[in-house]
Amino acid sequence: MTLAEPRAAGAAAPVLGFDVEQVRKDFPILARTVHDDLPLVYLDSAATSQKPYAVLDAERAYYELHNANVHRGIHVLAEEATALYEATRDKVAAFIGATDRREVVFTKNSTEALNLVAYAMSNAETTGPEADRFRIGPGDEIVVTEMEHHSNLVPWQMLARRTGATLRWIGLTDDGRLNLDNLDAVITDRCKVVSMVHQSNILGTINPVERIVARARQVGALTVLDGSQSVPHFPVDVAELGVDFLAFTGHKMCAPTGVGILWGRLELLEVMPPFLGGGEMIEIVTMEGSTYAPPPHRFEAGTPMISQVVGLGAAVDYLIGLGMPAIAAHEHAVTAYALDALATVPGLRIIGPPTPVDRGGAISFVLTDDDGRGIHPHDVGQILDERGIAVRVGHHCARPVCLRFNVPATTRASFHLYTTTGEVDALVEGLHGVRRFFSR
Amino acid sequence: MKLDSMYQEIILDHYRNPLHRGLRDPFDAEVHHVNPTCGDEVTLRVKVTGGVVEDVSYESEGCSISQASASVMSDLVIGKKIDEALELEREFLALMQSRGTAEGDEDRLEDAVAFAGVSKYPARVKCALLSWMAWKDATAKAVDPASAAAATPAAAAPAALDVPEQEKP
Repeated sequence: MTLAEPRAAGAAAPVLGFDVEQVRKDFPILARTVHDDLPLVYLDSAATSQKPYAVLDAERAYYELHNANVHRGIHVLAEEATALYEATRDKVAAFIGATDRREVVFTKNSTEALNLVAYAMSNAETTGPEADRFRIGPGDEIVVTEMEHHSNLVPWQMLARRTGATLRWIGLTDDGRLNLDNLDAVITDRCKVVSMVHQSNILGTINPVERIVARARQVGALTVLDGSQSVPHFPVDVAELGVDFLAFTGHKMCAPTGVGILWGRLELLEVMPPFLGGGEMIEIVTMEGSTYAPPPHRFEAGTPMISQVVGLGAAVDYLIGLGMPAIAAHEHAVTAYALDALATVPGLRIIGPPTPVDRGGAISFVLTDDDGRGIHPHDVGQILDERGIAVRVGHHCARPVCLRFNVPATTRASFHLYTTTGEVDALVEGLHGVRRFFSR
Repeated sequence: MKLDSMYQEIILDHYRNPLHRGLRDPFDAEVHHVNPTCGDEVTLRVKVTGGVVEDVSYESEGCSISQASASVMSDLVIGKKIDEALELEREFLALMQSRGTAEGDEDRLEDAVAFAGVSKYPARVKCALLSWMAWKDATAKAVDPASAAAATPAAAAPAALDVPEQEKP
């Protein structure tokens, strides 16, 4: 297909040292076909990323050679399994700029990591004075943003209900950015915790974390960052960001499903009450009561997701091998190309920032037919699927954003390190096809 | 094109020109049902007189399948005895759970047989069922206002949604 307008200079320029066609060979699933020999055009990486051979091989090798439970055996396999599991902790710590490996806690996913902090805060009620930072009750406030994924909204709504605290939020501007005009009025002295998304999964917006963290610090509030959509796509350094906690998930960064990460500042984790109780998180147990292990094990009750953690280690190695700055530059180029290309589709309206400035490669939009009638995203997704193009449709677990923009749902195309501009072209052509189908 | 088996012209016609749309008075019960995964919503009213479905009116938002299904359903059940209409609902549910193996009885289901192709798409079955479940719920409330009917999409749809994705023909 042809696109009418020449692109902005350099918008789709290939990134030096990053050969996307070579990279794609690392991902076996990208070579498969769907619906009778159509090439797969996978534009749903914000939902989950595909996995490279390195990750698949690491998981398989773990089970073939080293499988044992961790932290509790004295035999060879147990020691090897423990070493592999703990090696990922070191890799993750280095990957996000953490100064101490004990700051990295493995969870099931981002959702569990965020719930861990929220439940620790209500558990502070029955903990000693060392947990004062986490105590929250009536009159206290919790602040989130209007663009949170439900996983960073519902746990805080539940915390507010359990403790009598009040939930407040930072609203959005019409182009899908945070409205910081009244930041000081939203984050006040009553605020105990600010939890916000780094990059929105529905709008693609990358938020100005530093500014909000600065205000939260002024009032002594804890800060939690949901990095589910940022850590997989560009360099994230916890020291630079200045947050207290960072939650992210393995499966969006080329690792298996089933493993997420909570990073927390050591001095906070050391006094934070546990969330889940059980094996491995204890120090001394009697029938009357127990004392708890120091972090990170205090927050890793029960047998963990060992093979997935091993796979996560391989994924981190893979990302470092390609280079996070190179990945970010590639995705930025594809995103800029896609924003230009989507603008050529009649009746298409982007929900979120229309320019590639401070925005990532998750692009939501709504579409109308020739008569200006809305074509429902569910229908858009179905017809794209028929062409082998995988997108996500719905409210993307961020229903308040749909309400804010007065749309029932959106279609979302999302990119990753293996996405090509050719796939963006296929999407644009597919969208023309959708409009033809519903305008007939 | 395979999609034509789902997007039958009859479905697209109902989608473009829905029947019985708009909320009307009088009514005996009103319900609001949602499909949380895709954001489809329907508000639906039922008026029942002497064991007969006198009117079904609705406002809905959603995809072509869910919109067309509300139109077809309301046209089919209005004027029927409640028992008869409930029997049609069971037949439609069975058709939607058939994974593409049933055609439906056109003499009884009329335009609703056009949705047979939808049953091959597990993710879309709940779109087709949304308004039917809302109607069933509203009718139960209209007949016995004290009953908190369990006729929600969540209660009715799981069997249909268990179809593995790979079984798409």
